[in-house]
Amino acid sequence: MMIDLKNITFKWHKNDNKPTLTISELVIKKGERVFLHGPSGSGKSTLLTLLAGINTATSGDIFILNKNLNTLSNTNRDVFRADHIGYIFQNFNLLPYLTPIENVILGCQFSKSRQKTALKQSATLNQEATRLLNALGLTEQYHKKDVATLSVGQQQRVAAARAFIGSPELIIADEPTSALDTNNRESFIKLLFEQAKHSNSTLVFVSHDESLQPLFDRSINLISLQENI
Amino acid sequence: MILAKLAYKSLLNRKASVFLTLLTIAISVMLLLSIERIRVDAKSSFSNTLSGTDLIVGARTGDIQLLLSSVFRIGHTNNGVSWQSYEYITNQRGVKWSIPISLGDSHKGQAVLGTTLDYFTHYRFAKKQNLSFNKGHAFSAINEVVLGSEVANKLGYKLGDNIVISHGMGNTSFHHHKDNPFKVVGILNATGTPVDKTLHIPLAAIDLIHGGAPAEHAEHAEHAEHAEHAEHAEHEKHNDLTGHPKQITAFLMGFESPLYTLQIRRNINQYKKEALLGIMPTVTLKELWGILAIVEKILLLFSAVVVLVSLLGMLTTLLANLSQRRRELAILRSVGARPWQLFTLISFESLLTMFIGCLVGCALYYLALFTGGSYLQSHAGISVNIAMLSYYELTLIGVIMVAGFIIGLIPATRAYFYSLSDGMSIKT
Repeated sequence: MMIDLKNITFKWHKNDNKPTLTISELVIKKGERVFLHGPSGSGKSTLLTLLAGINTATSGDIFILNKNLNTLSNTNRDVFRADHIGYIFQNFNLLPYLTPIENVILGCQFSKSRQKTALKQSATLNQEATRLLNALGLTEQYHKKDVATLSVGQQQRVAAARAFIGSPELIIADEPTSALDTNNRESFIKLLFEQAKHSNSTLVFVSHDESLQPLFDRSINLISLQENI
Repeated sequence: MILAKLAYKSLLNRKASVFLTLLTIAISVMLLLSIERIRVDAKSSFSNTLSGTDLIVGARTGDIQLLLSSVFRIGHTNNGVSWQSYEYITNQRGVKWSIPISLGDSHKGQAVLGTTLDYFTHYRFAKKQNLSFNKGHAFSAINEVVLGSEVANKLGYKLGDNIVISHGMGNTSFHHHKDNPFKVVGILNATGTPVDKTLHIPLAAIDLIHGGAPAEHAEHAEHAEHAEHAEHAEHEKHNDLTGHPKQITAFLMGFESPLYTLQIRRNINQYKKEALLGIMPTVTLKELWGILAIVEKILLLFSAVVVLVSLLGMLTTLLANLSQRRRELAILRSVGARPWQLFTLISFESLLTMFIGCLVGCALYYLALFTGGSYLQSHAGISVNIAMLSYYELTLIGVIMVAGFIIGLIPATRAYFYSLSDGMSIKT
């Protein structure tokens, strides 16, 4: 089991009357490509922060790779996240003073296990980053350019490569295509699928754009998920 | 390793503000070191002025005034000591040596001092160092002059030059003694004391430049005024330094044993024929420095404030930078950097800035020493040593670095507590 949520409630503040999020059950299997959708305010981002262990559930248990995140200490959760989860942000979050290659390598520099895995793929981290960027469609001429000069689409590919380096078991993508046009969206998502397959990663893809739904194995509507209670 | 690389790249990315911070630190280090060097060297230059002299005697005036006029050539004494009194006092038991000095004349603003050959054998400065000749030798005739090193440098005189001494102080004096040029026969090594700024002529010549003649040479001098006897007169003078003026400004004495000092001093202060004053230079130098100590304290305070201000400036810059870097730190958190790693990153960056700032500061300091040292020497009489950083200076730099490091811990601690959700939610 990749993700197993049971009777989750989450409140931003202890005194809130109604929980922001209530999920009785959510199971995602290894290798699945899941499309998580719902209108703004439906709790998508909140759910992602719970999955990534940034916030902890007010009640209920969150198992990722059969580890209960709620029982881990802050430090251990940090380590767990760095080792097992690759996160693609809506706003890319690239470091402006590093080259695309260095930004990608950064993804495994704080995790020994991911570094090891990356070095199984290629001889050096540099080569692995180059391979990933190429695979995600960023041609080599851009690999050492200033990040700020890259287009939105190119930055998105760097951000994705950073999430994939070291093949983490879980890739969480938070509205990564919202800045792309329709054609680019589909081709980008296909590249993500290829990489997820290549590295045996489970992909949880979040978007409010339901037109992407047919591309995925499974789609979960967050509104109906919460109404199941 | 990755942290060091990130720190380096991040610093490079913020070149402008890092450069300004570096500059602030460098300038404050430079100022601190310079002020401290001036303070320390001023004190040592001061106490090194005179050494080995047990008693200075002059006409009755204030202790400090006598010291200033006889040793530092500052101010005038209106009265002098008669030659008879000088001979009487220096013939007492226990007097090992004595140096009569006569001041009041100048050459292009530099003091002229009339004295005897004893000056070159008994005058001591710093740690009982004797005067030594860089070039030439002591005067051996009445119209010869020995220059202090700075006089020779500043006015560009060399051995064999003829110079004219004017009456009174200041180089605007109209009354030049053109008829009595002096020949440069010796140039002393630098001492870092007022000796460097002094022209030394035979005591016997003092009355000569005042238009008169040495008391015991009146007849010879008359001869000299006749043109046809000029050669003869000069010949006479050459081998003759035995003349003396009726009055001298002051005299220095050394005793067989310091035990004589108090007794002889009492005799001098109670001397009936003339109102005289004897001072112990070491004591009076200390008194004088005591008066100047406020200056020393103010300098020290200045140094401290300079450093404090620059450290506060650094803290301001660091904290301002930190809020701009919140996103950067959050990104690092999101790719797996732990809070302690951010703490290390930020404190390492400030330590690096501090270290480079101190290095640049030292470089600026030496630059200042090289360019400003001679100015200080010639205008303030402070001899600045250009040497390796002393233990004291290294300690100062160490204190600054430690203070800077501690200050750097403040933003580092804040970075530690920046939460991870920062990085996940910032939307720019």
